[in-house]
Amino acid sequence: MSGAASGSGSGWGSTRGRASFFGEPTTALDDRLAIAPDGHVTAYCGKVELGTGVRTALAQIVAEELDVPLDRVHMVLGDTGRTPNDGYTAGSMTIRRGGAALREAAAEARSALLDLAATHLVAPREALMVHDGTVSVRDDPACAVTYAELIGGRRFERTITGKAPTKSAADYHIVGIPAPRVDLEAKFTGQPAYVHDLRLPGMLHARVIRPPSPSATLEALDDSALRDATASGDVRVVRRGDFLAVVAEREFAAIRAAERLRPTWRATAQFPPFADLHDALRQSPTADQVVAEHGDVTAALQHAARRLEATYFQPFQAHASAGPSCAVADFRDGALTVWCSSQGVFALRDAIAELVELPPERVRLIHMEGAGAYGHNGADDVAADAAVLACELGRPIRVQWSRADEFAGEPKGPAMVMEAIGGLDANDTILAWEYQAWSPAHGNRPRAALDLLAGQLTRREVPTPRAFFGGGDRNAPTDYIVPNTRVTMHWLPREPLRTSSLRSLGGAANTFANESFMDELAAAAKTDPLEFRLRHLTDPRAHDVLRAAARRGDWGAPLPAGEGRGLAFARYENSEAYVAAVAHVRVNVSTGAIHLLQVTVAHDCGLIIDPDGVRNQIEGNVIQAASRALKEEVRFDATGVTSLDWQTYPILTFSEVPEVVIELIDRPDEPSVGAGEPATVTTAPAIANAIYAATGARLRQIPFTPERVLAALRPTGPR
Amino acid sequence: MERELTLVVNGERRTVRVAPDTPLLYVLRDDLGLNGPRFGCGLEQCGACMVLRGAEAVTSCRLPVSEVGTAAITTVEGLASDGELHPVQRAFLELQAAQCGYCSSGMLISAAALLWRKPHPTDDEIRAALDGNLCRCGSHTRIVRAVQRAAQLMWEVEA
Ligand code: FES
Ligand code: FES
Repeated sequence: MSGAASGSGSGWGSTRGRASFFGEPTTALDDRLAIAPDGHVTAYCGKVELGTGVRTALAQIVAEELDVPLDRVHMVLGDTGRTPNDGYTAGSMTIRRGGAALREAAAEARSALLDLAATHLVAPREALMVHDGTVSVRDDPACAVTYAELIGGRRFERTITGKAPTKSAADYHIVGIPAPRVDLEAKFTGQPAYVHDLRLPGMLHARVIRPPSPSATLEALDDSALRDATASGDVRVVRRGDFLAVVAEREFAAIRAAERLRPTWRATAQFPPFADLHDALRQSPTADQVVAEHGDVTAALQHAARRLEATYFQPFQAHASAGPSCAVADFRDGALTVWCSSQGVFALRDAIAELVELPPERVRLIHMEGAGAYGHNGADDVAADAAVLACELGRPIRVQWSRADEFAGEPKGPAMVMEAIGGLDANDTILAWEYQAWSPAHGNRPRAALDLLAGQLTRREVPTPRAFFGGGDRNAPTDYIVPNTRVTMHWLPREPLRTSSLRSLGGAANTFANESFMDELAAAAKTDPLEFRLRHLTDPRAHDVLRAAARRGDWGAPLPAGEGRGLAFARYENSEAYVAAVAHVRVNVSTGAIHLLQVTVAHDCGLIIDPDGVRNQIEGNVIQAASRALKEEVRFDATGVTSLDWQTYPILTFSEVPEVVIELIDRPDEPSVGAGEPATVTTAPAIANAIYAATGARLRQIPFTPERVLAALRPTGPR
Repeated sequence: MERELTLVVNGERRTVRVAPDTPLLYVLRDDLGLNGPRFGCGLEQCGACMVLRGAEAVTSCRLPVSEVGTAAITTVEGLASDGELHPVQRAFLELQAAQCGYCSSGMLISAAALLWRKPHPTDDEIRAALDGNLCRCGSHTRIVRAVQRAAQLMWEVEA
């Protein structure tokens, strides 16, 4: 896959041919931070707000390290024209990476300001203190100067060395204190808050009409039902290759025109029958990779006193954002500006530049919030739609995807098959663990024109199969102490549906398999699942979350018939947050209906920056993951996706959501790691294990529908 | 064909020229420049587009503007009065009852309608009343708590 055109590479404002995951952060302090003549601080970060309060958390870090009040800090996020390239906003790394870069920058700035103040006040640096953006002499507080006076409106001209001293957590007075999010009041009072709310003078509304699958071709187009509207100029039909759109002054005119246009698509896609999906995955050609191995698993399995085998299934799932994707683009004077909610504006800038055949310097992407995305949804594709149309028509264009556009067009969270084989020794300790997973790519964020739906349709080409598969192996290895293990990934270069990253990537499916299997092993060993897990873990932080979840979740307390509790544990990505969950369910054994009553989570993500924000994140993760576990499955027929609205892709509603009980374990001396995903991975297995505890039915396929519960209860029924 | 229609939105009479079958949502957003009512599905399935018609919460994404008549339409922009936020807005802020916030205006409208109908709802009544409002971020438990808090705030005001 060729990247976009390469530029001079002289700093972050220019273009590089390769837009990497981690970006190309800057070392120039002025790229990160500016202090205005009135003392207001502007900080720049290429990360974006995803509706998780990132803007506030990053501002807290800057305010803390710089010693200024929080309300004096303004964050500029994700603008290829103004901010450094900090890579994608994904993988729970926003606070860790974006935050670390800003912390270093703010510390550097503070140090520079202390140097300036020492000269200005004619006092040694050691004698100075800072409070609320004012530097004073400790023994003579009247002898003081403000940041604004020292540098207001001027540049630092300094390199971020990474050596400027940063505060220790014990001295924090802003970080760690819940701060109200800066964006919520606007959202609760109807002020413009999302890209959907951007209105440019002269803006037209567009809707795209897409084939059932990107490889279908447009054979004929019947626009007779639109004749009046096109004749009067109210509606324009735009066609470039197989890319088809209608554009109108009025949004509803565009919507109606899109419904009335009658394209005939020749669909070539051959999706496997829905029921055979998982067999199809297993029979596809794969590229195999052993991602973890120690001991001799084959020999150990032969010598095991007891051997257990199980296969688990993860369906395609949708991001299903509450608001379908939207973007606005404006092409004038040979330059294109696109406002969109992409999580990677720099990489997308390069892909769009290639698509519309402009040098990347002439394309600027500005992030504005969309509805929560939880990964790679339609945001990038809709931006490309708007870009193509704006360049074509020379007017500002707003493209709003319909609900069906979003369900059909968004890249799906991949379906996977996971197979585990375990061996216990005579003392019921795990001797061997062999794990294999079949997975399509979890990371398909656009880097080139052909990665975008508009690129595939305008050029009538499909991208070549992937060579990069990262993410599907997330949490494929467990943290349990097992002397003989092997973890193998079978990567699928082609998948039935277009896929990309969905919250936690493979972490959810792998942890579902691993933690269900752990429970199956515990049952085989006739050992309490908590006890069994603790026995195979040595890390004290792992023990702490498990015990905390068990305590808060009333582990072991008696329950009425038909109810059960299930446990799950993971260390996210084997190196990030520790999380343990106890799910409490009630199962109706005659209907198979599952009532998820409560999920208790114990969570250790190191130093906690914003406790209320972390709780909000955990609640969201648990409820969304519960929805995915209990209800969600993208269905399709031979040519396309058939889950196209909230009836065919239902999610958990208010009357179905569980109580969420949270125990935060703060570790002031451990680095802060992300809280945006970890609690997703333990939810499904905790529920599956709870269903088993309640009924003896072992659910190995997501979602846990009533039919599957009934089938699992029937000993001779299908799996 | 476009027609001139007069609506009462957030306490003001507003005249628009639109095709009468245009759903109210697009008139509110595109003709009147409001942001509160949001497009979520256009299918009456999610509640993102909810507004108050009189004291009742209704979806606006398929409601032809010509059927609105002179019923008072209220969006979140019009919930505040005398410069003071409505108790549901204050409670949602106090509890930070959102993540992305895309569903929030629909939730606030549903909650306001509920509290007019039923000043002291139970948790189950709140859940039932909000069942037509989808939230993908999983802010549900906070939203329920926020509605309880709003009920308290309203009561404090009355007392
Ligand atoms: S947008 Fe009206 S109910 Fe979804
Ligand atoms: S807060 Fe994002 S959809 Fe509800």
